[in-house]
Amino acid sequence: MKKIILPELGQGIEKAVISRWYCKVGDTIREGDDIVEIVTDKAAFNVPAEDSGILSEILVNEGEELKIGELLATIES
Amino acid sequence: MEIKEKQKALQIKNLGVISYKQAYEIQMECLERVSLGELDTLILCEHPTVLTLGRTSDEENILVSKEELEKNNILVEFINRGGDITLHSTGQLVAYPILNLKHFDKDLKLYLKRIEKVAIDLLGCFGIVASRLSGSTGVWVNDKKIASIGIGVRKWITFHGIAININTNLDLFSMIRPCGMDVQMTSMADIKGEFIDINKTKNSFIDNFCSIFNF
Repeated sequence: MKKIILPELGQGIEKAVISRWYCKVGDTIREGDDIVEIVTDKAAFNVPAEDSGILSEILVNEGEELKIGELLATIES
Repeated sequence: MEIKEKQKALQIKNLGVISYKQAYEIQMECLERVSLGELDTLILCEHPTVLTLGRTSDEENILVSKEELEKNNILVEFINRGGDITLHSTGQLVAYPILNLKHFDKDLKLYLKRIEKVAIDLLGCFGIVASRLSGSTGVWVNDKKIASIGIGVRKWITFHGIAININTNLDLFSMIRPCGMDVQMTSMADIKGEFIDINKTKNSFIDNFCSIFNF
């Protein structure tokens, strides 16, 4: 299992809100695919998958807030 | 804020007056090319009047009815940038930098600050003292807003960008609560009391952009 976490987005950015998921549990994900869009202040940021595999779990719903480094989803390869 | 490494050349696309949708399609084409390693691109344009709502927008910030918008042929676009509602219209300089932030700093706040600085320096070139407002992204002259910013980032490549009021008809902003704030907007023409040649502001934007991003 591989973890997808909310990446560092820059100094002073500690959290972001999940805007929309582009995929659902069971979808095949390729490395580099956008899997989720998050928003922080004036930026909408697309989080790419760093691994390929099957999206096995989504841990945060749209509209929820997440801290940098926290778990967004997991991928089974 | 300084970028030490000299960048490769920057491609500049001056699209003139172009619909919001067409310009968005061009942004996406440029983003795809930049992701394949082609040159970073700066798109400059103006849009016919359009309201755009970002990801954190509230439709209640549109202060006129749908019928009134339709009567005046004003489109409303829900788009994938950060921020609330804004208005574009001719006489407003819109800049969409398609930059691979992996070549600069992977820092969204720093990128926003650099874009603000481009606008502040551009306005300075025309004798207008502009500044940031603490806690609020954008560029201000005294207590009025002159430039609005909202971005998207995909594969660490930026899209969307900044809109600076040059000769914008400021009455149009009465249709919205810009950025969801009770804020008064201003323009270069309003401050200077004269029409401003938008082409000169485009050239100044390019000069200041290249200086700040070290192209």
